[in-house]
Amino acid sequence: MKNKLLAGPYLVWMTIFTIIPLAIVMYFAFTDSVTGSLTFRNLVSLKQYGPIFMKSVWLALVSSLICLVIGYPVAYYIAGCAPHNQRFLYMLVTLPMCISFLLRTLAWVALLEDTGIINSFITSLGLSPLPLIRNDGAVILGMVYNFLPYMILPLYSVIVKIDPRLIEAAQDLGCNSRQVFGKVVLPLSLPGVISGVTMVFVPAVSTFYISQKLGSSGATLIGDVIESQFKAAYNPNLGAAMSLGLMVLVFICIALMNRFSDDDGESMVTV
Amino acid sequence: MAKELIRLANCRMDFDGETVLDSINLYINDKEFLTLLGPSGCGKTTTLRIIGGFLQPTGGDVLFEGVRINDVPPHKRRVNTVFQRYALFPHLDVYDNIAFGLRIAKLSEDEIDERVEEMLEIVSLKGFENRSINALSGGQQQRVAIARALVNRPQVLLLDEPLGALDLRLRKDMQNELKRIQQAMGITFIYVTHDQEEALTMSDTVVVMDRGRIQQIGSPEDIYNEPKNAFVADFIGESNILDGIMRDDYLVEFFGRKFKCMDAGFEKNAPVDVVIRPEDIDIVPPDAGHLCGTVTSVTFKGVHYDIIVDFRGFKWLIQTTDYQPVGAYIGIKLTPNDIHVMKKSEYSGMFGDYSSYSAEYDEINDPDAIIGEEDAPLPEESLNEE
Repeated sequence: MKNKLLAGPYLVWMTIFTIIPLAIVMYFAFTDSVTGSLTFRNLVSLKQYGPIFMKSVWLALVSSLICLVIGYPVAYYIAGCAPHNQRFLYMLVTLPMCISFLLRTLAWVALLEDTGIINSFITSLGLSPLPLIRNDGAVILGMVYNFLPYMILPLYSVIVKIDPRLIEAAQDLGCNSRQVFGKVVLPLSLPGVISGVTMVFVPAVSTFYISQKLGSSGATLIGDVIESQFKAAYNPNLGAAMSLGLMVLVFICIALMNRFSDDDGESMVTV
Repeated sequence: MAKELIRLANCRMDFDGETVLDSINLYINDKEFLTLLGPSGCGKTTTLRIIGGFLQPTGGDVLFEGVRINDVPPHKRRVNTVFQRYALFPHLDVYDNIAFGLRIAKLSEDEIDERVEEMLEIVSLKGFENRSINALSGGQQQRVAIARALVNRPQVLLLDEPLGALDLRLRKDMQNELKRIQQAMGITFIYVTHDQEEALTMSDTVVVMDRGRIQQIGSPEDIYNEPKNAFVADFIGESNILDGIMRDDYLVEFFGRKFKCMDAGFEKNAPVDVVIRPEDIDIVPPDAGHLCGTVTSVTFKGVHYDIIVDFRGFKWLIQTTDYQPVGAYIGIKLTPNDIHVMKKSEYSGMFGDYSSYSAEYDEINDPDAIIGEEDAPLPEESLNEE
């Protein structure tokens, strides 16, 4: 009884700010923008946005993988440091999160622009400026830069909890350091990999600000299209349908990843 | 006749300027059951970890069949370890845990299967192959840990307090089981424990350690009957330890009286520690006693009574099956066999006086004593065992 009461404030919060809005999204998604009658037209018309959906998922996936490749070694390194240093490095990782996300993205614009800091330097050397901005690479860079801490932190917290005696046990049973990693550390850190990838993938797939500032004007992501439905095109019904589609897509991706970790995670990893 | 397998020569271990091991010299024979026994912090686990290769001694050598192995990493040593609290792989089931070492050694799946099944038989866990580690009781996990180590057929098995987390009855069963496995497989066991009874029951050789030094090496009987100093006398069983003076060979004086004893070779009039085991003391009427004193406390222990007797202010523990009421004036009789004389050591005067006797001395000696032996409430944890 007591425990239920403790969850009360959150339940109220969730109802008002998540469940009711979701219901509204559903309502809009299934109604016509002009007549207000029930229709599947919005959802059917999502088909034409298929390539944009695919591209959003693709860029988010690439960003997640880059974050994983950069984040895992760092998390592993931090987890192996002395506790005192761990706290310091942990703070360093979280430090960028203290600065506004918008500001950090704008800072990249200032760096990468054709007349930006990097290109000014290059042109001052007498070379022609590089196309650093307005392309997918810049979008991925922005995503990786902004979401990297969300990869490192869950990985770190899982790796740091691995019992060092398990590593000794593996050595004792004949593992060299590469085998210790492949047979013990990596399988045991899979939950961290899954939650890290999820934490990067979900915000990356729905972002619109990064792509607006760093991406090319033609190559919009699904987040941008949704935004424009509400702000420019004023078609909230189509926007709601897109949001719904994106949500389903994200759920499918998460479910796929969790499947990997649930069914004997160790079989994925062989050295 | 026995072949020497492992030798520690002048092994030292310093952590941050603190000496954990102080020149350990020890050899271990093939097929021997050797126990490192001592209180926590005595260096026994450090010694084991040096043999396992998890620590490198800061001084001295580790030899395996005469070859120096200080720099050989754990995975290249013909030694396997049963870790304290088992350290089983939580992401693998029972079968895969046991097969782990064999897979690393790249044996054929047929052979792995055969050896794992054989091992499961030995530790009586047939039918548990696909169980998750977390679904096992402490005793079962312990047996998986032993199987996981033994399946690799090591020359030496290191065991770091493997029975520490089990309840008393299970622990007794496992003691017999381990001894049986050791003899059946002909493997050298190096066993670490703080439980003196466990050490005496199972071992061929007991190494008593304290403060990073070996206090005594010997067979269980030697250690018990001929302790070298007050620490060993007190740590192994109960002892009354008194100040005495060696008046001559085979003649020791304490409490102002001279007693015949079995010890010789001390300097004349050398101060010594005299050990008298509580179970060796005979109670007689006061007029027939060598010493007389007053009973100050009686505790029923099942097989015997623990009685505390005040002899001129020094309190002795006597274990007897004859009930004596508190306040009784009794005599005691000592035969030369009951008296054991030791050289004075840094431990003299620290042990063996029962003035602060409490009925819970067993628990005090054994920090991990199993609750439930006495009248303490049973913790939920131990209810889950078996």
